[in-house]
Amino acid sequence: MSGHVVPVKTYLGIFVALLALTALTTGVAFVDFGELHTGIGLVDVIPLNTVVALTIALVKMLLVILFFMHVKYSSGLTKIVVMTGFLFLAILVSFTLADELTRGWSPEAGGWNTALPAILPLIRGLC
Amino acid sequence: MPGQEIPAESRVNYLNASYGVKSWLLTTDHKRIALLYLGSITLMFFVGGFFAVMMRLHLIEPQGALVAPETYNKLFTMHGVIMVFFFLVPSIPATLGNFLVPMMIGARDLAFPRLNLLSWYIYIIGAAFTLYAVISGGVDTGWTFYTPYSSTFSHTSVIPTALGVFITGFSSILTGLNFVVTIHKMRAPGLTWFRLPLFIWAMYATSIIFILGTPVIAITLFLLGLERLLHIGIFDPAIGGDPILFQHMFWFYSHPAVYIMILPGMGVMSELITCFSRKRIFGYTFVAFSSLAIAIISFLVWGHHMFVTGQSIYAGLIFSVLSFLVAIPSAVKVFNWTATLYKGSISYDAPMLYALGFIGLFTMGGLTGLFLASLATDVHLSGTYFIVAHFHYIMVGGAVMAYLGGIHFWWPKITGRMYPDGWARFAALVIFVGFNLTFFPQFVLGYLGMPRRYAVYPGEFQVLNVMSSAGASILGIGYLIPLIYLLWSIRYGPIAGPNPWGAKGLEWETPSPPPTENFEEIPVVTQDAYDYANVGGSRV
Repeated sequence: MSGHVVPVKTYLGIFVALLALTALTTGVAFVDFGELHTGIGLVDVIPLNTVVALTIALVKMLLVILFFMHVKYSSGLTKIVVMTGFLFLAILVSFTLADELTRGWSPEAGGWNTALPAILPLIRGLC
Repeated sequence: MPGQEIPAESRVNYLNASYGVKSWLLTTDHKRIALLYLGSITLMFFVGGFFAVMMRLHLIEPQGALVAPETYNKLFTMHGVIMVFFFLVPSIPATLGNFLVPMMIGARDLAFPRLNLLSWYIYIIGAAFTLYAVISGGVDTGWTFYTPYSSTFSHTSVIPTALGVFITGFSSILTGLNFVVTIHKMRAPGLTWFRLPLFIWAMYATSIIFILGTPVIAITLFLLGLERLLHIGIFDPAIGGDPILFQHMFWFYSHPAVYIMILPGMGVMSELITCFSRKRIFGYTFVAFSSLAIAIISFLVWGHHMFVTGQSIYAGLIFSVLSFLVAIPSAVKVFNWTATLYKGSISYDAPMLYALGFIGLFTMGGLTGLFLASLATDVHLSGTYFIVAHFHYIMVGGAVMAYLGGIHFWWPKITGRMYPDGWARFAALVIFVGFNLTFFPQFVLGYLGMPRRYAVYPGEFQVLNVMSSAGASILGIGYLIPLIYLLWSIRYGPIAGPNPWGAKGLEWETPSPPPTENFEEIPVVTQDAYDYANVGGSRV
């Protein structure tokens, strides 16, 4: 244990902040932020509502980890352990996206169907 | 026995310190909790084994000899679920790990004894849910719970089974957490990281996977439940989900889980090989770090389970290369054990027979894994009996052999009694022969194209299937023999003495069975691990 005593005032402050952020998440869900078009192949369309919701969630998560879970006052080793968890989450997400985002690249994906319109006239010509 | 001054019965130890059911069910002694786990997982092992025997009996005839196809689907599912989640994952960590981690590092208990007991109760609750699922009609999705079949179409007890696995996961997390904290904080004075027995390194690596991987399977099964009960579209494409997302999340845990099963076995191996060849391990640091390397790389290879399920071939390429990488630390271990044997003073006691069996079977299991890590050969072999043979060579030929070797090695420490050595060697041989007869034909069957999970098969595959079934019955008998003589030995076995193998390690410096507090005085460590050069091969 860190042995650090956190004043009740801080806990209450964080609690109120979490409630406020929950209300904010609910509120912004009713606003349409539209989409961001990046022009980059893999991530061409980014729905901004998701970005906003996840950003708020990230802030809430940090508040819980840093203050409720005392990581802010913990030793370096504990901080490394916590960060390792996120590193592995990043591995899960990035490798899964490496599949998801490149599925369309596979020549087999549309294989025969894509090739068919090009080949059909040729076959007809031969017959 | 020489060297044993006080008879085991007259001395207070963890077994006779208190009596009664309550003294066991409310114990916080890591050694007693290990025995609670030992009893529970042995029960689950024989329940899971029963399903396997039923399957093999059914497959004696091409049209199926025993059960309806639907029942067959339930048999292989329940076999897989019980063996993976309720036997193999907790096997070595929860029994030998619980018993030995504090003793090997010179501590009086784990860091959180009550959390340790809680983990056993959580395991029991999870197991109860799963056994309820068996009784309420079983589940037929395969142990992998692939969606959308499991989330939308199966009419069997998916939710109770998944809930059982979900709950049991928390017991793994608690065990892992307990081990990590204990190994960091409670080592005896002088016991530096590089003096630790390699079993501890293996437990540490396994605990990392427990902590980082298990929450993912929990949340995956939770999402599966949400989709099945509330029809929220996560995995079913018909309601906007992605079935391959389920496989990503499932295998992110379940591939590392393979290493949860085998890494502790590797730890046991390092103890057995050094003791029975009376030598220091060859390349201690490499073996230690190869455990950590396996734990980390194991999280980067899961996509090799999905080469033919619609995953992008570009992701497949990356996963294939990374899968080959994991062979390196595995091979480091095998080569280093073999090098340890070189010029050793080898004796063939029962634990050593299991250890030598492990080396051969694990090597075959590992090398056939390379076939499956190659994108092209995997297309042919995926979903066939080749896969079944491959992973049984790792999980049964590897993990179960090591588990039994470990049980035989530390049995005198756990119970204070020796078992009949002749029977133990005989059982090791029966298991080795039975195992190979069961699973080697399955490599051939798979190569010839017989798919797994089918209740019927073409007639030309019958000879190999009958061989496999015959092997399974030999294997079944092989597993029953140790159950009988080990139980017999608790009452009638000769007194073992504190160190019957002349082994190194702090756990052998205590009486057998050890007192509740393990050590009267916390030992001070001044030597490296496996310092057999200074023992002179003395055996009690």
